[in-house]
Amino acid sequence: MLQKLPTVGALSLALLCGPLPALGETPLGLPPVPIPADNPQTPAKIELGDRLFNDVRFSADGKVSCATCHDPSKAFTDNKPVSEGFKGLKGTRNAPTVINAAYMETQFWDGREPSLEAQSLQPPINPVEGGLENHDPILKTIRNDPQYVKAFREVFQVSPDEITMDHVAKAIASFERTQIAGNSPFDRWYFGGEEDAMSEAQVRGFQVFVGQGRCVSCHQVEQTQALFTDNRFHNIGVGFKNIQGRVAEIAEKFLQAKAEGADVDKTVLTDPDASELGRFAVSEDMTDIAAFKTPTLRNIELTAPYMHDGSQETLEDMVEFYNNGGRVNPDDPVSPFLSGGIRPLDLSDQQKEDLIAFLKALTSPSVAAATKSAANNAQ
Amino acid sequence: MSIKRRDFLKTGGALLAAGSLPLSLVEVAFGKDSPQNFTFAFISDSHITHIKGNEFVRNWDMGLKRAIAEANLMTPRPDFIIYGGDIAQLGTKEEIDHGLELMGALRGKVHYVMGEHDYYVDLGDYWRKQLGPDYYSFDHKGVHFVVLNSIVTYDEWTHQGWDSPMARMKAMARLDNPNGSPFMVGPTQREWLRKDLEKVDKDTPIVVLSHSPLQKIYKGWNFWTDDAEEVQALLKPFSKITVLYGHVHQIQYNQIGNISFHAVMATAWPWPYPSTYSQEASHLPKLTVEMNRADPFFERDATGWQFINMDSGNIDVHYTLADNTNRVVAFNEDKGHPEDTKYQAEANQIPPQEHY
Repeated sequence: MLQKLPTVGALSLALLCGPLPALGETPLGLPPVPIPADNPQTPAKIELGDRLFNDVRFSADGKVSCATCHDPSKAFTDNKPVSEGFKGLKGTRNAPTVINAAYMETQFWDGREPSLEAQSLQPPINPVEGGLENHDPILKTIRNDPQYVKAFREVFQVSPDEITMDHVAKAIASFERTQIAGNSPFDRWYFGGEEDAMSEAQVRGFQVFVGQGRCVSCHQVEQTQALFTDNRFHNIGVGFKNIQGRVAEIAEKFLQAKAEGADVDKTVLTDPDASELGRFAVSEDMTDIAAFKTPTLRNIELTAPYMHDGSQETLEDMVEFYNNGGRVNPDDPVSPFLSGGIRPLDLSDQQKEDLIAFLKALTSPSVAAATKSAANNAQ
Repeated sequence: MSIKRRDFLKTGGALLAAGSLPLSLVEVAFGKDSPQNFTFAFISDSHITHIKGNEFVRNWDMGLKRAIAEANLMTPRPDFIIYGGDIAQLGTKEEIDHGLELMGALRGKVHYVMGEHDYYVDLGDYWRKQLGPDYYSFDHKGVHFVVLNSIVTYDEWTHQGWDSPMARMKAMARLDNPNGSPFMVGPTQREWLRKDLEKVDKDTPIVVLSHSPLQKIYKGWNFWTDDAEEVQALLKPFSKITVLYGHVHQIQYNQIGNISFHAVMATAWPWPYPSTYSQEASHLPKLTVEMNRADPFFERDATGWQFINMDSGNIDVHYTLADNTNRVVAFNEDKGHPEDTKYQAEANQIPPQEHY
């Protein structure tokens, strides 16, 4: 990591902080976490980011933090179909996990933000998430909190008046970059050479994953690492029924509003129709209609429900959806915008079971432990 | 170039005030605010293939459906749509009917071109019964459009003693067929074309729509029109001529004298470039920046459709390419030929993958 830092200043800062325990060792199956040159990791910054991530004061009703929808005890999701913001208002999309989000080339389901730093600025001011009018209340809270003032001074060498949302975003991103998880049974089997790390069913399921299931083309596994994403956007048929026959009308209405200044983040999370436009809302490219980012599959057993709208409750439902060629039922209409990679798979019941068994081999022990201990504490 | 996407976004308000929202975000210019500015869509080579009963090959159906669904998103609407031929794979009634049924979902008037896959079973009888003449012309906003059936061939070949009409169809559908025969427009249509153009002012922009290239690129795959020179000679007296053709399933463009040539995408599958078949010489226009190779996992990669702007009487072709990068090939006034607006300079090109 260190040799990637381009400036002497940044390098010496990192060295001054000594070893970086939060960065730790790269888990088996993952590459080193990419760290932006202008936001090096430091333990103090990570700790500050953790606190900001969990601060419910950064919302209109004082009850919603990042962790509300990205709950560490739920594998950094909320296990709800779509997220609920202040006053219980519902958005349109399923909360993706923060775990390993550091590796994503874009953020949000439609990739509308390029980095973790840019991502975290949006939810507090979205009308169905944090519900704030603007970022001012966040800065006010921080500037009036002696602990925050001390921490920002230490981390960013700024006086209270000099604290900006840029600092806030950087600290949160630094914290999020520590939330990485590999070392799954699959990693130990595939990269670690532990032959019995996966069960026989899981090994068979991996063959389905790379073969007839056609999963690996988008949920990629490479020679030395597996992020289970291609960082691209694909229309896999989810949500098509909701906008069938109205796509042109919805697209035109959305572009009209966008050209007149409507905010993409607010529009797609508050307007269910616009949400279904997917990547198109960002790129305005006709080939991106209803295309959504390939999510990672790591820890998928713990992050139900699935898909951008949380419409698939279980892994069984999800596998059935793909087996039907991007449809809930085999006789449902097919979206004309469907990706050319999606087609009926004709998997046997055994293959489906094996595939699901394999997906359960992608759970990292650290994430499973955090989930389990939370469940035990709740009892 | 005439793509003003960024400018549009910045000056969106002004354009919106005029009541138009160009989804395709293009500026067309016969002259500012001229009523002559227009866009048309072009879909081609769907190769709808009948299996049995009501079953058709899913992949080719999906390609056409996708092109139609995307073309239906264009705002403002294109003035019309051209279908560039080979709606069917083996020219059967079932395939033509099914293709036209799918085309029924397209918003707007369609002008059809005959392809060899529509023709060689019954020499185009059923196609003409459904769609009308296979060569004709029409005028639109100051441009003269000519549709030719350029996939006929020598009578001796067509009327030799075939075992069945389908045997003839399959012989013509085959690549590198040593017993094949080259496409041509033929003397009847050339004479019709000569007369048709007599009535047209020499400054009127001409757009010729054909299935085969109206130039000679590669004979073994019929990327070829045997009487191309004769046809070009009839077009030559006009100041602005564009030829748009299907058949080749790949991006090609060229300039011969004052004639600009553009190939259009197939919705079905991509063909490789002829140079990959190293046993015969290929005459792919040097101007053409080739497409990158398709990823076969994505069935739609390297297929697509395009919309076309009439720009000062020349055209910009906007290739809409699912699972790939859209491309725009536009006429460069200074250089006097079409060029890729982004990838023409060698340094900007994506290096091709040369081995697998």
